[in-house]
Amino acid sequence: MSPINFVYLASVLFAIGAAAVLLRRNAIIAFMGVELMLNAANLTLVSFSRMQGSLHGQVMAFFVMVVAAAEVVVGLAIIIAVFRSRQTISLDEPIELKG
Amino acid sequence: MLSVSWLLIALPLASFFGLMLAGRRADAWGHWVGVGVSAATALIGIVAFFEMIGRGASDRAESVRLFTWFSGGEFHLDAGLLLDPLSVTFVLLITVVGTLIHVYSVAYMAHDPRRRIFFAYLNLFIGAMLLLVTADSYLLLFVGWEGVGLASYLLIGFWNHKPEYATAANKAFIVNRIGDLGLILAMALMFAHFGSVSFADVFAGADGASTAALTAIGLMLLLAATGKSAQFPLQSWLGDAMAGPTPVSALIHAATMVTAGVYLVVRSGVIYEGAPDARLVVAIVGALTLVIGALIGSAKDDIKKALAASTMSQIGYMMLAAGLGPIGYVFAIFHLVTHGFFKAGMFLGAGSVMHGMDDQVNMRRFGALRSAMVITWATFGFGWLAILGVPPFSGFWSKDKIIEAAFIGEGWQPWVFGLTALIGAGITAFYMSRLFFMTFHGQKRWTDGQHPHESSLLMTVPMMILAAGSALLGAILGVGNRFQHWLEPVFGTHEHGEPVLAVPVLTTLTLVLVVAGVGLAYWMYLRKPVPIEPPPASLAVLAARNDLFQDSVNRAVFQIPGTHLTRTLVYADATLVDGAVNKQASGVAAFGESTRRFQSGRVRSYSLLMLLGFVVIAAILVVGG
Repeated sequence: MSPINFVYLASVLFAIGAAAVLLRRNAIIAFMGVELMLNAANLTLVSFSRMQGSLHGQVMAFFVMVVAAAEVVVGLAIIIAVFRSRQTISLDEPIELKG
Repeated sequence: MLSVSWLLIALPLASFFGLMLAGRRADAWGHWVGVGVSAATALIGIVAFFEMIGRGASDRAESVRLFTWFSGGEFHLDAGLLLDPLSVTFVLLITVVGTLIHVYSVAYMAHDPRRRIFFAYLNLFIGAMLLLVTADSYLLLFVGWEGVGLASYLLIGFWNHKPEYATAANKAFIVNRIGDLGLILAMALMFAHFGSVSFADVFAGADGASTAALTAIGLMLLLAATGKSAQFPLQSWLGDAMAGPTPVSALIHAATMVTAGVYLVVRSGVIYEGAPDARLVVAIVGALTLVIGALIGSAKDDIKKALAASTMSQIGYMMLAAGLGPIGYVFAIFHLVTHGFFKAGMFLGAGSVMHGMDDQVNMRRFGALRSAMVITWATFGFGWLAILGVPPFSGFWSKDKIIEAAFIGEGWQPWVFGLTALIGAGITAFYMSRLFFMTFHGQKRWTDGQHPHESSLLMTVPMMILAAGSALLGAILGVGNRFQHWLEPVFGTHEHGEPVLAVPVLTTLTLVLVVAGVGLAYWMYLRKPVPIEPPPASLAVLAARNDLFQDSVNRAVFQIPGTHLTRTLVYADATLVDGAVNKQASGVAAFGESTRRFQSGRVRSYSLLMLLGFVVIAAILVVGG
């Protein structure tokens, strides 16, 4: 099976993730969309690594995993803090960002 | 004494600051400090005069370097004094007449709570005026020039609790600014052509300069002189300047400051030497003002304004003489000195009359004051005879010489200038006799309850001394051409032709016109009763009563167009300059307002925008890459 198929799969996963971020109000679900996008990116990195026959992409994927793990910690902490202060985690509620 | 001549300026200025800073505690004796300082300057002036007399004629000019004023690059200017017969003549006139008027003011201002400040201002004036006439460069002269302008402004508006007096002070100040602009431009031209503004350098360079440059400088200097000396077309301020206390009118607006313009023109004689056109304009301005002043003086009922118009006219004579060239300079200064005495004496007499008549100035309310105030009548009478030019009073010696000099020359000029001066003498005789008869003779026209009385000795003694000067000074200086020889080191000797009419004929003609003028005044104001209300008059008399409409002309020609121009400029500034800036600002604000909509605060739309932006960048990279 040609590695290019994994790239197609990654594109589909990325689109699903982006759609989740853009369309869902629930912060947790949106967050999951972000994770999905990150992993789609990882998949492309690994696929290209395979196609190029070099390990650079795989090393990059590890970095992304580590950063994503840290990001999940921070992100979930923010979501919990928002929920505590507002009793909701709807993304459309906290409009204090409005200028 | 010449080496300590800086004291002439330093003493009065120190006294000015001292009296201003001393405050109320000096109220009791401050005026005597003012008198003392003025007398000290007179003493220095007299000693300097005798020291100068003791020297040879060629040795009589002395420069006293004071300090380096400016030094930058190639430009270097020392502040220094130039004492020569011309400036010492002025020093004597200013300090002697000034001291007499100081003494007079002690009594005249006795009931004024601000007498100390009045004397401080008078001392400021003396200091600035002495700086003006002793400066050795145009720039230092300009400092004195502005100083006397300031003192004049402060003293005209001394009783500034009356709004019209404050307005008069502003008017004098603003009109003088126009003249000052002329002096500044003249200095700029000198600097451009000669690289210096000191008398020595400018006069040395004037020989090689082009006629056009000298004419420009001469005309600018004339503009300055017309402002300070109330000559046409800047004459309108002098009549209103009579708002100041009468000693001020005597000292500043008759004897000294208003003659500064004549000094400037005469001092700059070398420049006019090379610019005959500018000199002709000087003579024309003098002749015009002579007639204007005489006509206004003939119709005024306010004694001080009539005297002010007469001052304007007499300075017109001096200006005319100065415009005749070297032959006229001596007579201009001669007339200036004698006029300083007799006009100051008459102003002090007018002040004495006002003092006895509860500050009444309307001559239609005077009459028959001779019996009430004999000394004032006699001293005023001496001044009257002097200004008429009756021999042997001083005016005869100086004014007749100007009339003679005006008749010297070729072509149309001697006839025009000479006849103007001659007829002016006749009108002078008419308006001064009118003033004299209306004030001191005829029936009483006093308001009820007035008890005119003679003034105190402090006032009458200065008047007597000035009257003695009016009577004798002309003969003392004029016999044997003493004054001419005294000023020879400054002006040199000049051969000149004979007048187009013989001198005895001119003298006789002048006297005939003077007698005619006096006779007309006698017939109109002594033989006939003087109505208390001014009678309806012809258009010409009405024009003269209104100063020949000088204020209306100024308003129509300068003020109203100036106001419109200013308004237009303000409008243009607001709509074009400010408009462009404001439009820019509101444009930025509108742009911000429209982009503000993107800042909705919705996280999901932000992320959509981020995604779109990313897609756009990626597309550019793919397509362009």
